[in-house]
Amino acid sequence: MKYKSQQVAYWFFALSMLLLALQIVYGFIMGFAHMGFDGLHEIFPFNTSRAVHTNLLVVWILSGFMGAAYYIIPEEAENELVNVKLAYIQLITLALVGVVAIVGYHFNYWEGRKFLEIPRPLDYLVVINVLTFLGLILATLYKGKKRTTTSLVLTMGLVFAALLYLPGMIWFDNQTMDSFFRWWVVHLWVEGVWELIMGGILAFLLIKITGVDREVIEKWLYVIVGLTFISGILGTGHHYYYIGVDKTWLIIGGIFSAMEPLAFLGMALFAVAMYRKGEKSIRIKLP
Amino acid sequence: MLSKSQARTFFLGGTVVTFAILLGLSWNSLSNAVPKQTHEENLTEQVVRGKHLWESNNCMGCHTIFGEGAYYAPELTKVIDRRGEPFVKAVLTSKAPWAPNGRKMVAYGFSDNDADDLIAFFKWIGEVDLNGFPPEPDLKQ
Repeated sequence: MKYKSQQVAYWFFALSMLLLALQIVYGFIMGFAHMGFDGLHEIFPFNTSRAVHTNLLVVWILSGFMGAAYYIIPEEAENELVNVKLAYIQLITLALVGVVAIVGYHFNYWEGRKFLEIPRPLDYLVVINVLTFLGLILATLYKGKKRTTTSLVLTMGLVFAALLYLPGMIWFDNQTMDSFFRWWVVHLWVEGVWELIMGGILAFLLIKITGVDREVIEKWLYVIVGLTFISGILGTGHHYYYIGVDKTWLIIGGIFSAMEPLAFLGMALFAVAMYRKGEKSIRIKLP
Repeated sequence: MLSKSQARTFFLGGTVVTFAILLGLSWNSLSNAVPKQTHEENLTEQVVRGKHLWESNNCMGCHTIFGEGAYYAPELTKVIDRRGEPFVKAVLTSKAPWAPNGRKMVAYGFSDNDADDLIAFFKWIGEVDLNGFPPEPDLKQ
């Protein structure tokens, strides 16, 4: 660890792993309910288990992304995090909001929109929390010595992820509109900006592990995230086939979502190719 | 060979172009298709109250509408056509839990008014033009 403040990342990963374990527990509750063993129905009705299970997934991934950013940005920008204490406060409040949401799900307190079940008042707390996180990252980057492509792609992904949370907070009376914009959050996260974040993390790891020239890795990073967005943005259409909008989306969504795996394939090929390239220059040998 | 700046142009250009297309198509759908296909003129206050009940009880956590939800309990897009209003109302107002086909449902015990709101919501949902979803059952053979 080059910078002391990178230590914060450890606790974000610890939180992630804890939430993952809890997610698996709720997954089993649902799995058994599907098999007909739903003795826990009184305490964990299916809709509760499901909301907890899917929301935990979202939170542990976000917590992982945040931890990764707190680790990568100081190292890439060559600057300590501007405020470590605030980062810990952000971690604790994130966990607290999560706990309140999950407890609420057991008492019929939620918004009941697939994947975005968090009730509205807690939404605002999430927004404040994420703004704090982004503020720390952006300030660290701004005051840092360097602004590398890797750090910029990662930051861009984080900023877009935050912005895309907002369409999910608009209130619509029309179920079709509601569904339409819900997918702007869910789809454009999972098949869009999250891949930007993952691409940035992958590039950082490859630069560190393989010893391949940063310029080469970052060039291919652009290609990968380019493929992601070109396929993923219009791929949103695959959620619009039967929700009450026109049939244009059947064609657009069909074609572009069929291209989406290319970005993932590209990412895998990229990692393998860079690793092989690194082996030739024998900077670091992995067992 | 591809240079880094070319790669950056590919990324930024591709993003801007596809996002612009997404915005354009969305604008078109939301201003032309949605009002017509969803019969927005029928979106009464009662339907909106029903939608709120649907959400505040996380019905989507077990059921689906428009094919979206949890796939644990039945699809409800055409539930009024399929089951009829009295049946649906009985289920919604029942204070005793039940388990059709072995899948337990929480006994919500809605009031008469709330049940009517939900039924209005289901009726409105059932009339939305969903490009052929759900398919009619094939009863030949």
